[in-house]
Amino acid sequence: MAQATGQLTAPAEAHGHKSELIAFVVMVAVLAILPAFVYPPFLMKALCFALFACAFNLLIGYVGLLSFGHALYFGWASYFAAHLAKVGKISIPYWAGSWQWLTITNSPMVPELAIFLAVMGAAVLGFVAGSIAIRRQGIYFAMITLALAQMMYFFAVQAPFTGGEDGIQPVPRGYLFGLFNLANERVMYVFVMVMFLLGFLLIYRVIHSPFGEVLKAIRENEQRAISLGYKTDKYKLVAFTLSAAIAGLAGAIKPFVVQNASLTDVHWSMSGEVVLMTLLGGLGTIFGPVIGAFTIIAMQNYLASFGQWVTIIQGGIFVACVLLFRRGIVGEIANLLRIRL
Amino acid sequence: MSDKYVLETENLTKEFAGFVAVSDVNLKVERGTIHALIGPNGAGKTTCFNLLTKFLTPTRGTIKYKGQDITQLRPADIARLGVVRSFQISAVFPHLTVLENVRIALQRKRGGSFDFWRPASVLNVYNDRARSLINDVGLSAFENTTAVELPYGRKRALEIATTLALDPEMLLLDEPTAGMGHEDVDRIAALIKRVAANRTVLMVEHNLSVVSNLSNKITVLTRGRVLTEGDYKTVSENPQVREAYMGTGHA
Repeated sequence: MAQATGQLTAPAEAHGHKSELIAFVVMVAVLAILPAFVYPPFLMKALCFALFACAFNLLIGYVGLLSFGHALYFGWASYFAAHLAKVGKISIPYWAGSWQWLTITNSPMVPELAIFLAVMGAAVLGFVAGSIAIRRQGIYFAMITLALAQMMYFFAVQAPFTGGEDGIQPVPRGYLFGLFNLANERVMYVFVMVMFLLGFLLIYRVIHSPFGEVLKAIRENEQRAISLGYKTDKYKLVAFTLSAAIAGLAGAIKPFVVQNASLTDVHWSMSGEVVLMTLLGGLGTIFGPVIGAFTIIAMQNYLASFGQWVTIIQGGIFVACVLLFRRGIVGEIANLLRIRL
Repeated sequence: MSDKYVLETENLTKEFAGFVAVSDVNLKVERGTIHALIGPNGAGKTTCFNLLTKFLTPTRGTIKYKGQDITQLRPADIARLGVVRSFQISAVFPHLTVLENVRIALQRKRGGSFDFWRPASVLNVYNDRARSLINDVGLSAFENTTAVELPYGRKRALEIATTLALDPEMLLLDEPTAGMGHEDVDRIAALIKRVAANRTVLMVEHNLSVVSNLSNKITVLTRGRVLTEGDYKTVSENPQVREAYMGTGHA
């Protein structure tokens, strides 16, 4: 019985997973050989943005939520990680009759702990911002996420530990697990690649989980999901927090790559850039944000000699994307070949 | 008393910025019956539905389900109590397959489904049940079709299958046969009759032959008020009902 009925769906499902599996193997292979041809620091930076875009895509592509303030989690995780790895001092306010500061003086932290705490920090920020934003729908949701991100941007400008305009620099790379010297470019690349792949696989798992099914239902028709008894706000909040945490992972790795954390990463234009990357690569496709991020970062890198024209070229691409290939690069390919990517 | 009536409303009222869409509606839906809500366009039928399932908040009045006051509950909570609605405009999940659509409802049995670390294949245990529900509404051939590709009537059928997947005690169907070809209407009417055997159904319906065939009791709404109640014969012979439907010129 199970076999007989299984046959009906098996080809379609297996086919879907197969195309994704092949694409994944190709991606890993390309990432493994690419440093031989392309400047590794550029690749590492692109991988950070690729993971950031994947985290953003989890929300817009699979829950249908447009967060216009994702730089908040990316940029603040970057500050957290940079600060912990460089200074290591944490001050926590607490209440004992009056507000006091509990200061934990620590020697600069090992990279893995700094990254872990930064991801947790981003998750907390995501949970708080998400709790406020999910009370509204559509454009209002986007505006609230933008407003909260801007608020935290100005906080970053003022707060002493972020270094304001100077940012935090230089960030020491240190030894991963006390064993691997991240100052070695090759070791660093492998570390960034592994973190990217872990984040990527986590997102893949979330999308193809019982939870992910509910998310897709909410994206497709929230009212109907509610009428089936799903408390959609809770699902949105969990998804938002997950997305913020993964964006935080991308942000937490970046200061180790470029050895500084700066205001650029919390600026609203960064939130805009991740939208562009995702849109260009393909909303709601698993590989789209990766392709989109690499395309945009490559443009910024290799067209840098054009100066301000890069922004105009990006604008042109954005217009072309909306007018000509709305599914994005990967979305159009998947549609053409009738496969899932 | 509450044993006899599954759903009761008392002075249910909804005002939109001065316009009274539903006014002092006292509805009593008897257990195990098919209760139809009819009335001309704009009579407040759908608003009434939205109030009962809390998709809108009543301005005044109370709603009781099995004697319990549910006026303050949220829509998802009402669904969890076993009162599940369908929508006037077909409510499917367009880019999911027919099987996935039904499975989303079956998945509710697992509880919250917040487990984002498990593969979706754990949901395959619901496939057999989903297929039998899909078969009931005549969609077996479309199991792997995405819902958006189905013609309108079949989307409605899918919506009903999804609603039934929750095995609700009470079904609220908002125009279940609207936009269907007559073959589909007959199939869906038969299905409603069959599933109503051990459930209570409240439905808004324009197709009067469906109403006359299926319903035990009819409530007629006009301009947000209850005009009359009774079985099909009583209601159809009521001159006020004819007037409401046809306009005064034809009465």
